[in-house]
Amino acid sequence: MADRSARRDLRPAGANAERMGEGAVKNLFRIYMEKPELAGVALLIALAVVFEMRSGGAFLSGDNLRGILGLLPEVGLVSIGVTILMIGGEFDLSVGSTFALTPMATSLLIIAGVPAFLAILLGLAIAAAIGFANGFITLTFGIPSFITTLGMLFIVRSLTVVISGGFPPLLPDDLNTSAFTQFVGPGGLFRASFIWFVAIALAASAMLSLSNLGNWIRATGGHLEAAGAMGVPARRVKLFCFMLCSTMAGFGGVIQVFRLHSPLPSIGDGLELQAVAAAVIGGTALTGGVGTVLGAIVGALLIRVIDNGLVMSQVDANWFKFAVGGLTIFAVVSNAWLRRTARRLRVEA
Amino acid sequence: MSAPLISVKEMHKWYAGVHALKGVNFDVRQREVVGLVGDNGAGKSTLIKILSGVHDPDKGEIYIEGEPVKIGSPKAAMRLGIETIYQDASMVPTMSIARNLFIGREPLWVALGGVGLIDHERMRRESMKALADVDLHLRSPDALLAELSGGQRQGVAIARAMHFKSRVLILDEPTNHLSVKETAKVLGFVRGLPAQGVTGILISHNLHHVFESCDRIVAMARGEIVFDKPVANTSIEEVQDYL
Ligand SMILES: Nc1ncnc2c1ncn2[C@@H]1O[C@H](COP(=O)(O)OP(=O)(O)OP(=O)(O)O)[C@@H](O)[C@H]1O
Ligand SMILES: [Mg+2]
Repeated sequence: MADRSARRDLRPAGANAERMGEGAVKNLFRIYMEKPELAGVALLIALAVVFEMRSGGAFLSGDNLRGILGLLPEVGLVSIGVTILMIGGEFDLSVGSTFALTPMATSLLIIAGVPAFLAILLGLAIAAAIGFANGFITLTFGIPSFITTLGMLFIVRSLTVVISGGFPPLLPDDLNTSAFTQFVGPGGLFRASFIWFVAIALAASAMLSLSNLGNWIRATGGHLEAAGAMGVPARRVKLFCFMLCSTMAGFGGVIQVFRLHSPLPSIGDGLELQAVAAAVIGGTALTGGVGTVLGAIVGALLIRVIDNGLVMSQVDANWFKFAVGGLTIFAVVSNAWLRRTARRLRVEA
Repeated sequence: MSAPLISVKEMHKWYAGVHALKGVNFDVRQREVVGLVGDNGAGKSTLIKILSGVHDPDKGEIYIEGEPVKIGSPKAAMRLGIETIYQDASMVPTMSIARNLFIGREPLWVALGGVGLIDHERMRRESMKALADVDLHLRSPDALLAELSGGQRQGVAIARAMHFKSRVLILDEPTNHLSVKETAKVLGFVRGLPAQGVTGILISHNLHHVFESCDRIVAMARGEIVFDKPVANTSIEEVQDYL
């Protein structure tokens, strides 16, 4: 973190008026841009404290945490993928359907006798192909990804139901899913899927902040023309993000199906909106260029905590969507306010 | 006499109905600074965007030191030593100065197939040097572009172009929105290009600026080159008659 005196040097020449509070607001702007997930983290801690008190200590108990963390990888993976794509400047509304089709295809392959490992890889290849189609159509015809992937949402969901044959096929009883489902860690606190999740999250986070590819994704989403002019292969970067997003959604679906031990064609319904909500609550900018993997996780975790905490503190569970909705709007409004404030101060300076 | 550094022959460009370049012939010799002037919409930006690989020409050839070249992408232009500072914002406001300086050309300490991990230490160090080299003293390369003034951003863009030791530096209206002091700095810098072995193309609407810092004036009007003379053999009044 740069200190205040360094910041003063960056002022435009002649802007020496030290307005009250301006430094603080400008610092806030930088903090938001670099650590957009901070507000989400604060909210998460606050909510955990509230739920812990209201539930009389049951919320942070091992049993309850196991429930929250056991489901996190599934939604979390989708949220990370959606976040990375949003940082790159595009949307994907088809993740919920991909979340269902991938494990459906994987399950049918397993039932047909394909080794599980290979079946998962083939399923993920299908997911990646959906992402490629999303990206290719969006970029080739220059239409909003919002529309392309809305169409894909219906197409992929329909395909899922069609290949399922109308009723959920049953995974073989002897299928060993312990690589994802067994409880591990101190006191069996989380499932093995959580380790997969952490590993993928770390890799995604490193990709975003430590690699040149991450730089290109931020540049492409932050200012498409500038990135292209500076030599970033923006089209390929976007295609990559689309494919990564779909693949992560597919993997999340596989984990859920292995946990449930049955590929329901309806899973992931509405998940696309939860994932966008998680991304936005975690500080991802709708305009692209800004966001973090940690933010996606915090957003997803917040949604899980609200879901679980309402139940634990015996609030009518129908308030769940109300809370998520309110939080989403609040997150976007406060981020927009931060940007506007910072911009106005710059113009005056 | 050796071949010109850049030679554009019979260049045409159409944008959906607009004939933006109508058979432009344009030479730039080694180590000269050419001032490119012309009314709004004359085709100046279009011409230089073709040289910097942003647009493809519809017809015409480009030669570099007599060799025919195809400049299919900004990356290809950079490989040929052509660096460009664009009229419209050419940096990413949501990213730091250091990252902006190296977008697309990040120093990597390990790479596979063009993708790898950024050497942040080196990037920061070289950023400081690149900024100092163009006399821009910002204490932290971690500040975001959005936090800088217009002049400072322009400075970062110049630092980026210079750091990669280009053979040709193209500046499209680099003094827009700049203060008198910052304008003087940019113009002084342009004037100093030949001494650093760099050839320059400066686009500006201000004839005083062009006369002050260029060796040759080229004027465009409605997609054609209508005037081309060394600064020493012409005057602001004469150029004005062509615009
Ligand atoms: N991307 C584009 N799509 C369609 N038409 C364009 C595009 N870029 C430029 N034009 C048109 O091409 C012509 C030349 O534009 P150009 O930007 O090259 O002018 P210029 O000389 O740079 O003008 P200015 O001094 O205003 O920057 C104009 O008529 C413009 O409207
Ligand atoms: Mg122009």
